[in-house]
Amino acid sequence: MTDQTVERALDLIPEAGPEAPPPRLQRFQWLGILRNAARLTRTRIGLGMVGLIVLIAVFGPVFAPHSPTEFIEAPNHGPTGDAIFGADALGRDVFSRFLHGGLSVLWMSAAATLIGVVGGTAVGLVAAYSRNWLDDVLMRLNDVVLAFPQIIFVLLAVSAVGPKLWLIVLTVGITHAPRVARVMRGAAQQIVERDFIKAEEVAGEKRSRIILEGLLPNVTSPLLVELGLRMTFSIGLIAAISFLGFGLQPPSADWGLMINENRLAITVMPWGVLLPVLAIAVLTVGTNLITDGIARAAIGLERSNE
Amino acid sequence: MARLILRRVALGILTLFLISLVVFAAVLALPGDAATAILGKEATPERLAALREQLNLNDSVITQYLDWIGGVLTGSFGESAATQQPVSELLSDRVANTGFLVFVAAVIAIPLSIGIGVWTAMRRDRPVDHVVSTTTLVLAALPEFVIGIGLILLFATSVFTWLPAVSLLAPDERAWSEPSVVVLPAATLVLAVTPYISRIMRGSMIEVLESEYVTMARLKGLPERTVIWRHAVPNAIVPAIQVTALQLAWMAGGVVVVEFVFSYPGIGSLFIDAVDNRDMPVVQTITMFAAAIYVVLNLLADLATIAVTPRLRTEAR
Repeated sequence: MTDQTVERALDLIPEAGPEAPPPRLQRFQWLGILRNAARLTRTRIGLGMVGLIVLIAVFGPVFAPHSPTEFIEAPNHGPTGDAIFGADALGRDVFSRFLHGGLSVLWMSAAATLIGVVGGTAVGLVAAYSRNWLDDVLMRLNDVVLAFPQIIFVLLAVSAVGPKLWLIVLTVGITHAPRVARVMRGAAQQIVERDFIKAEEVAGEKRSRIILEGLLPNVTSPLLVELGLRMTFSIGLIAAISFLGFGLQPPSADWGLMINENRLAITVMPWGVLLPVLAIAVLTVGTNLITDGIARAAIGLERSNE
Repeated sequence: MARLILRRVALGILTLFLISLVVFAAVLALPGDAATAILGKEATPERLAALREQLNLNDSVITQYLDWIGGVLTGSFGESAATQQPVSELLSDRVANTGFLVFVAAVIAIPLSIGIGVWTAMRRDRPVDHVVSTTTLVLAALPEFVIGIGLILLFATSVFTWLPAVSLLAPDERAWSEPSVVVLPAATLVLAVTPYISRIMRGSMIEVLESEYVTMARLKGLPERTVIWRHAVPNAIVPAIQVTALQLAWMAGGVVVVEFVFSYPGIGSLFIDAVDNRDMPVVQTITMFAAAIYVVLNLLADLATIAVTPRLRTEAR
């Protein structure tokens, strides 16, 4: 889980070649990329996988036959007509806990991704635009956060402050930010040198407007790829932190926590582990397929522009 | 070249200094202070005052930082808040096990992924290439604990029961005396890092294979094996060096989760216990090491890149 797509994302930016690129790239480039991505089989499979898990997570609680905290059977009891996937290590219905346990992973990952991508894009664009000491300072600070393995940074914060959900979301977002910033800076550096940015500067346009309306619309391809990539990694990190026991606390129903609670009984009652593990796997593979589809669509779009 | 290297080293030291500030700042974020964290909320004011005196908590923040960083640099990391043992003692019991696990994983993963990259680049767009690329796309998406539990389900419980699901070792036993406990944790790490290195290697190999000098070497009538391994791979490997360094640094975080999955007695599971007990001296020391590993590996990767890129070697002179 690292930053391999950096090179790939950078490839997406058209080179400012001598053959005089268009004065301003199209404004709604990202809509075109998404439309093209949606035509690819892999994107459709990914959307189907993510859609399935989102449906389970959002509407699952409505269909759960039992309360997630109700004791219905002997601990680790096998499947019965009433509990179709058996009972967990404490005798609660595995299926009901599974249906209740998806929403927390989804909202936490989405929030962390948003924090990381918005923060990272802001840092990356400002650094690329400034081209002075500010760029150096921002990139040096970037390196500092990059040096921490993401999960270790989050757990350092958790051991200082305690297992708070907001803290986990925030720190996962913070560890994403420098990774996003590096990609966005690289992408924006090539746009900053274009004539239309220079023209806006000469015309005395406000800096924030040049960054938001001049730079941002022209780096949407790497931005979309980063969004998908960081979402995949957020899900893995958030689920892992829950699995380690530092996310939602018992008796909450949460996929990561479920795996932790039932893993010692894995030989007797594999369902309590298998259902949440499968759900997380389907979700992350789905988001990665969508990301790959977007990256391919973006490369295709750049090629057709040439 | 010396100036370039010196600059990289200086930047690395600056980054390490800033990292140490972040790690130190974590104690300041403790609700209450380190003394209440150790003694708990029920401690008497006298005992708290005594411990504060002992831990130098009455000194200024700057003095405390200097004490702490001085200890880290001289190898005395303080005492565990949970067991009162010196942190260095706790670490030395475990470091060999983790080192062995990461070493085994790296020794398998690096040649394997470079091999896969070269092999698929030479079979570009053929069915095997598509199969491998889909597999690596799926593997790259999976969180490492999902891979680990998948391996347990397959090889340790239901389908096959060849390997132990839990890496049990006696306290004085080392992982290499019981190799079966390393197989599944190492396999998890290998499966987690191989997709990234092999994808980069494939991409850069394809680029090199299309270059003029490879065509030239073929036209000279060199055997294909020489063209690939003597002319193409040494150039294609440059981007893979950086990625491999990143992946090895990632393992510093990855082992935390993987050791927990298999209850493997290493630094990673020590870290999880310390986070659980909010044992800050242990947490800080391990965090500092993990971040330092990243800085050092990146530096080494930069140096290796300079060494294998003739253009950089002469330009920087």
